[in-house]
Amino acid sequence: MANYKSLYQEVILDHNKKPRNYGTIESPSHHAVGHNPLCGDHISVDVVLGDERINNIAFQGESCAICKASASMMTTAIKGKTRAEAETLIQEFLAMATGKLSHDACPNIGRLAVFAGVSDLPTRVKCAILPWHTLSGAFNAVATTSTESEDDPMHAPIGDA
Amino acid sequence: MSAIQTTLKSRSTPAFDVERIRADFPILTLKVNDKPLVYLDNAASSQMPQQVIDRLVRYQTTQHANINRAVHYLSEIATSEFEEARRKLQHFINANEEREVIFTSGTTDSINLVMHGYGRKFIGAGDEIILTTLEHHSNIVPWQMLAEEKGAKIRVVPINDAGELLIDEYEKLFNERTKFVGVMHVSNALGTINPIKEMIAFAHARGVPVLVDGAQAAPHMKVDVQDLDCDFYAFSGHKLCGPTGIGILYGRAALLENMQPFKGGGDMILSVTFEKTIYNTIPHKFEAGTPPIAAAIGLGAAVDYLSEIGMDAIAAHELALLKYASEQINAMPGVRIIGTAEHKAAVLSFAVDGVHPHDIGTLLNQEGIAVRTGHHCAQPVMQRLHVPATSRASFAFYNSMDEVDALIAGIRTVQKIFT
Repeated sequence: MANYKSLYQEVILDHNKKPRNYGTIESPSHHAVGHNPLCGDHISVDVVLGDERINNIAFQGESCAICKASASMMTTAIKGKTRAEAETLIQEFLAMATGKLSHDACPNIGRLAVFAGVSDLPTRVKCAILPWHTLSGAFNAVATTSTESEDDPMHAPIGDA
Repeated sequence: MSAIQTTLKSRSTPAFDVERIRADFPILTLKVNDKPLVYLDNAASSQMPQQVIDRLVRYQTTQHANINRAVHYLSEIATSEFEEARRKLQHFINANEEREVIFTSGTTDSINLVMHGYGRKFIGAGDEIILTTLEHHSNIVPWQMLAEEKGAKIRVVPINDAGELLIDEYEKLFNERTKFVGVMHVSNALGTINPIKEMIAFAHARGVPVLVDGAQAAPHMKVDVQDLDCDFYAFSGHKLCGPTGIGILYGRAALLENMQPFKGGGDMILSVTFEKTIYNTIPHKFEAGTPPIAAAIGLGAAVDYLSEIGMDAIAAHELALLKYASEQINAMPGVRIIGTAEHKAAVLSFAVDGVHPHDIGTLLNQEGIAVRTGHHCAQPVMQRLHVPATSRASFAFYNSMDEVDALIAGIRTVQKIFT
């Protein structure tokens, strides 16, 4: 059964309430917007990538607590890392959130392990991974990403009435 | 309204024993996350009573064969049970003739049938189709496809902040190019009951036929297609305590007879040569291929079950649930009801300050409470009311006042977590 208790724990609620690095950056080197068309959530990610390291990162948008906390914690984890380190962390986070790897098998995941429980909630995985998809899009000069795009690991329509 | 007040006081009318009804639904005894299931997602799909489950089992174990074909025993009994189900549905909606009741796969399929069968034949370039802001995507997208194909135009009836159609504006949309009206009976997102009888009369005075999307109305109130005087009425079996994969299109016989078939194949023909095919008579003209026989018979059993309880009794109990839940929510700081029409069916969309609907849905699920969160396949109405999404509790006659209390307690828990 899904592990909600571990999902809505203090650290996630705190980042939702007081998101870190919230806003935009005037002249980012990399920028992308991510959408989850199923729930209307959208976030933008701005990055300033220096010669070696990510000097600054910010996000902004309308989303649920899981998405906002994921974005906030992503920015704190990514700031100061090299692009290669950031790319590795993106891969680890996506693998953990989609249940392909346990958080123990992700050496760089650190405090982001609080999102491991989301893999038990298929309808909420997209919320957690949207910021990471968007960051990946920014690095790869994809201006707009969507949780419904073909390359989305969770690509699966949620229908209904 | 005195009956409702009595219900509220005693939490159950003498005539409506909700505990006895709940005993018919095996799924309602489930526990979810170690809590008793509180199923409040009935607008998406309703649950099935044992009587319908038993009917499906009896059909499958003693009566199944293909219909309208062979002369053997099973084929004859399956055919007669299938047609008996059609008659049950005819009486359920008070259609004039049984051939006006077409089995489809659901409301979406019914609307697409009308778009292809009627729209493609009778709607052309420059013609106008009137829809409303409230419509479900299934009563928008088929007409957009037709408009694109034919060069027709879609006009949209606006709503007020309460989620009610602006009838003056509806009337102003009519002109000599108006060829069709599509309107939902009850809004799936807000619960608004639209004044369709008056809207139909207005359209008919101008010679314009009307399709009613009854998906959210048929399960909750007595529907009389002759009294409404509608031309088409579409609804789904799985929202009506029946199986998935079955739905109904009611159509006026004179219109159905002039329409193009939607799907070609077996059963919908009288004779086929490579030179010419002669189509079958209605309703068979619109039922190509082997239909979902078991599902149709199951739906017949479902409307028997509902009729025995009585649609008026169902409507009264659901209205009492809605009234009680609305009062509770209105008394909660930080919670707002989305959709406050004067006439509403048992749908309660709400927003909690500072909490995204998806978080509400996940946290209520932790308490065993099933609600729907999202745009409810009605993005235009969400845009109009400036909400990206809502949480929606939708009631059925088997829901109890205790379950409303559980919902309210669940919302309080959500608020506590997010303070």
